[in-house]
Amino acid sequence: MDLSYNADELAFRDEVRAFLEEKLPKEMSDAVREGRSLGKDGHDRWHAILNEQGWLAPNWPREFGGCEWNAVQRHIFEEECCRAHAPRIVPFGLTMLGPVLQKFGSKAQQDYYLPRILSGEDWWCQGYSEPGAGSDLASLKTKAVRDGDHYVVNGQKTWTTLGQYANWIFCLVRTDPDAKQQEGISFLLIDMDTPGIEVRPIILLDGTHEVNEVWFTDVRVPVENLVGEENKGWTYAKYLLTHERTNIAGVGFSQAGLDAVKRMARAEMSGGRPLIENPHFAARLARAEIDLMAMATTNLRIISRAASGQAPGVESSMLKVKGTIIRQEINDLARRAAGIYAMPFASEAVEGGNEPPIGPEGADHVGAQYFNNRKLSIFGGSNEIQRNIIAKVKLGGGA
Amino acid sequence: MNFELTETRQMLQDSLRRFLSDRYTTEVRNKIIDSDAGLSTEIWDQLAELGVIGALFTEEQGGFGGAGFDVTTVFEELGRAGVVEPLLDTAILGGGLIAALGDADQQSLVERVIAGDLHLAFAHSEPGGRYDLNHVATSVTAEDGGVTLTGRKAVVANAEAAEILVVSARESGEAGDEDGISLFLVPRDAAGVSVRGYPLLAGGRAAEVDLDQVSLPESARLGAPGAAYSAIAERVSAASVALAAEALGAMETATELTRGYLLTRQQFGRPIGTFQVLQHRMADLWIELEQARSAVINAAGHLEGDARMRDLNVAAARNLIGRAGRLVAEDTIQMHGGIAMTQEYELAHIAKRIVMSDHRFGDTDHHLEQFIALSA
Ligand SMILES: Cc1cc2nc3c(=O)[nH]c(=O)nc-3n(C[C@H](O)[C@H](O)[C@H](O)COP(=O)(O)OP(=O)(O)OC[C@H]3O[C@@H](n4cnc5c(N)ncnc54)[C@H](O)[C@@H]3O)c2cc1C
Repeated sequence: MDLSYNADELAFRDEVRAFLEEKLPKEMSDAVREGRSLGKDGHDRWHAILNEQGWLAPNWPREFGGCEWNAVQRHIFEEECCRAHAPRIVPFGLTMLGPVLQKFGSKAQQDYYLPRILSGEDWWCQGYSEPGAGSDLASLKTKAVRDGDHYVVNGQKTWTTLGQYANWIFCLVRTDPDAKQQEGISFLLIDMDTPGIEVRPIILLDGTHEVNEVWFTDVRVPVENLVGEENKGWTYAKYLLTHERTNIAGVGFSQAGLDAVKRMARAEMSGGRPLIENPHFAARLARAEIDLMAMATTNLRIISRAASGQAPGVESSMLKVKGTIIRQEINDLARRAAGIYAMPFASEAVEGGNEPPIGPEGADHVGAQYFNNRKLSIFGGSNEIQRNIIAKVKLGGGA
Repeated sequence: MNFELTETRQMLQDSLRRFLSDRYTTEVRNKIIDSDAGLSTEIWDQLAELGVIGALFTEEQGGFGGAGFDVTTVFEELGRAGVVEPLLDTAILGGGLIAALGDADQQSLVERVIAGDLHLAFAHSEPGGRYDLNHVATSVTAEDGGVTLTGRKAVVANAEAAEILVVSARESGEAGDEDGISLFLVPRDAAGVSVRGYPLLAGGRAAEVDLDQVSLPESARLGAPGAAYSAIAERVSAASVALAAEALGAMETATELTRGYLLTRQQFGRPIGTFQVLQHRMADLWIELEQARSAVINAAGHLEGDARMRDLNVAAARNLIGRAGRLVAEDTIQMHGGIAMTQEYELAHIAKRIVMSDHRFGDTDHHLEQFIALSA
């Protein structure tokens, strides 16, 4: 047992810190800390900075231009990025599609798409969910019918995160309506500029435009955009869902969130004393921190096992459930800390305007963020679905 | 023992519920929220016509209700429909304070409130004051024939729509003292008043109000100098009862929407309401809902009584509703999945109303502290 990083890991951490200090633009980290949206330009800019450093694809093998970092290094990198309030890397191309193409894509697909993901030329979005197919993803209905050298795609995807910025979408489509649900699904790459695609915004409960509906009407997709084999898409989708989940616990986010709550609670006064000294608030804060400390170690235990080659199984479900509960609890603490100033809907602050903040530092976005992050326990396999998996495995029903 | 509503209150409940379900649809309400004013004068007029504002005042004050159970009857319905119009601010607080402390001239404003002709705001909280009711630092200085007020008021709901702000200010002592606080009627457009408005997350609008040497005549003061605290405490208790009832109504809507959704939403070839884990969560919510209803009844029943018992029951209700409300808001969103995350789905707004009510006049922890202090 050794709870600390070894010398190499510490050296790596220092290198990451130095890089972030030098290269992360202050206006960007300010925006992240204050919960303002960066827009496409902001994301593109940070993407380019990381790419220049060669640190854009921590999980990719070197042959494809990645860092090939091990799980601990990836964890350190993510942790430091959160600490420094670096923008989140949009995961769809880099952590989702990339590994699928590397494992199942053709040489031509790898050569064409992977460099474009790194260069930022392509912005990918994920077309899995449909109105009728959420937790039960395999019931998806969007269909692709072969017509000569093309598939003709009809149907609707929904909840497509940042689809408004994307020029490509990877989709699960039904290619064999007669096969058993999971066996008739294929994995298609679709250019968003193809005629017949319409993107409609969905506004979330905090007023943000983060997700979309994507409608397909007779969209012609060249057959070479099929990944792997026809009707094998479910295998690839599952690989994508279970493979890249290093940051599923969101420990770095929680840590940054907890620090922010503490900052606010030191400045806010309650009954003539700093809120952080209020026994009720302090108890809530302490419970969250105690949970987070244990979570951080659980996370590292699982990560180091993964680093030594063991694939995480039911543990990633555990990390997802507990990690999101802790993050949401910290969001709850933040809104409590802000007191009456959790009430304003600071749309300017959220959308990156120039108005001065309404409440004390850090308070403007906490109300909106509390609501927005209810998504954490819904997407990526809801917490109920994760618990089903845990129970099934632990009670011996098999995974 | 009788837990039935009186006939008058039953009629009020029925007519208000009918009106809101006909006229205050999700679509209408979301348009109101998006509008610059953040409230609908048309709806306001109709609420006044229905007698909803009058029900919040006693006969003596020109209304026909004003008791705790009148407040809960009205606000539960407002909560069920997610109403954003500021009845709390104009009637319970602004109007209620004038009715409690005003002289004959000032009382005439209450008539206008009941008729729906006058909007008010209660400008009391200050930046850094959090939920401490006695935290009033806004200063009063005597000036020939009148006073000047200087200070800043925080998150003043309905400030922009209000013709008159009911402003608390300190005549003597220090921020934190109960004695020495007065209330003043300040025209919103008086020289020295500046209002920075913004929308609220759960609908409606509020503002930061700056008072920079605002000159007022003596006649602007409500009641005797420095003696407004107990009336403020009483009205804030009434506001807390209203907020608790409103949250209760919203919690009912949240659970009803979820019940309906669980019965219709299909995943894995069956309604999601057949999954036992969701059934048990619903069962817990229904249990909490009954608890919440009883807590609201306890508080409403003590609103007119002894101040200590009133405050104890109000603190209990707000603490319980704070806990149960959070559970209901979060669990009903969770059980819906993505759909409840969208602005146009009714539950999104309802959940925001529930959670954000925990930020007015004390949150769950604040009321826990109040309760501990009073029950010791
Ligand atoms: C903000 C946001 C962003 C998203 N981004 C994307 C994206 O980019 N691309 C994409 O493809 N999808 C995306 N999603 C969709 C997301 O993956 C789905 O919301 C998720 O799979 C849940 O599906 P659903 O919303 O249809 O809920 P449902 O599946 O209808 O679930 C409703 C409720 O029933 C529960 N439930 C369902 N089945 C069971 C069961 N067997 N046992 C117990 N409980 C059950 C669920 O846990 C939930 O509480 C996003 C969603 C959100 C909210």
